[in-house]
Amino acid sequence: MANSYYDPADLRKFGDITEWSEELGTKFFDYYGKVFEEGALTAREKSLIALAVAHTEQCPYCIDAYTKDTLQRGITKEQMMEAIHVGAAIKSGATLVHGVMMMNKVNKLDG
Amino acid sequence: MIKLKLQSLHKRDSELAQSNRQLEILSNGIFKIGKLPKFRDKIAGDGHLTLRPKKLEILQINLGYMCNQVCEHCHVDAGPDRKEIMTRETMKQCLNIIRNTGAHTLDLTGGAPEMNPDFRWFVDEASKAGIADFIVRSNLTIIRANKKYHDLPEFFKNHNVHVISSMPHYTRGKTDKQRGEGVFDKSIKALQDLNAIGYGLSGSSLRLDLVYNPTGAFLPGNQESLEKDFKKALSEDFDIQFHNLFAITNLPIARFLDYLIASENYEDYMTSLVEAYNPTAVENVMCTNTISISWDGWIYDCDFNQMLDLKVDSKVKHISNYNEELLNDRDIIISQHCYGCTAGAGSSCQGKVT
Repeated sequence: MANSYYDPADLRKFGDITEWSEELGTKFFDYYGKVFEEGALTAREKSLIALAVAHTEQCPYCIDAYTKDTLQRGITKEQMMEAIHVGAAIKSGATLVHGVMMMNKVNKLDG
Repeated sequence: MIKLKLQSLHKRDSELAQSNRQLEILSNGIFKIGKLPKFRDKIAGDGHLTLRPKKLEILQINLGYMCNQVCEHCHVDAGPDRKEIMTRETMKQCLNIIRNTGAHTLDLTGGAPEMNPDFRWFVDEASKAGIADFIVRSNLTIIRANKKYHDLPEFFKNHNVHVISSMPHYTRGKTDKQRGEGVFDKSIKALQDLNAIGYGLSGSSLRLDLVYNPTGAFLPGNQESLEKDFKKALSEDFDIQFHNLFAITNLPIARFLDYLIASENYEDYMTSLVEAYNPTAVENVMCTNTISISWDGWIYDCDFNQMLDLKVDSKVKHISNYNEELLNDRDIIISQHCYGCTAGAGSSCQGKVT
């Protein structure tokens, strides 16, 4: 076994998941490929969204893949960092907005 | 003033200045232990036991390795310290070829070809041969480097030269990182000079194309999308127009190979190239329709083979006994650097090949 739960080389083996469940794996990769095609959003915009989500999900494979993908699309490091801040803002906002729930409870119990 | 980032590998006495050492690296390691397939085996899997030329379309002539820039990823290892320059005698031999070639495109490159003292004489003579597409690869900054070059746009226009220029990005930071501090501003000014006399304008016959190559250890993205982004940014920010953008993959030779090794990206980059291998691109790689002539008259399958000193596998190795028919009957010399031309949509001096 590798000394780490995450091995960068495993990213290249992602497609292998199809071997143990061909139908579902194939459907997933067809869907995945379709999602990232040019559509109402450009492939460039989708790549930046993917980079931001890769960080909120804290997925090392996705960060590796979409950092490279955004660079290939000519996206600057400033744009990449701004996208991550969007993810971080939503993530922290999602935590803080629950503070209203806490406030409601406090007001009910001890108001 | 451009602030040069470094010296050429030759000036630094780097072992990578030796083409044999580069070829050794490209054949050993991951390729020797079989972790990645050698290019020859890869194309054999697609039925190409050898790579053969098709009809000759492009005659590419390198006028010398001297350049006013020292770009981080230069495959020529060009720079101000390189003294290899084509002489007028060799140019005369080239002119004989240009007058009789079946190729429709003449492509002058360097270094900065304009730094050759006989550049203008050569362009003047070559333009009389009536070649359909006469390209000069200009790094743009040369136009602003010295007063004696300021009239180059007019000179190009008078000879109906098709200008192709490197521009790694539409932002200052990324461009200067690769090509040296100050390159972006000078390039913008040069592009404006070219636009001012009609180059690159919509509907203009004065062709101005840009070349994009990645600033680091990654492959170029979709050529059309990049062109759209470049056009939008350069137009909005600087009121600059150009015709097409060619996306070119960095080949793992010379200074880019040095960078890959020093930054510990070599194995990952080669893996990316092999994984992006596109059999359709193999059909159209530029070595099948181009020949490359060096400053001293030797003949190569492409500019990259020239820098690796891999002369054509033909009885005709030098322009002194040039014979186009004989030359076209040869096997193209390949090695692992060729993966750079077959990755993704493929790559050539004219951009993607599929």
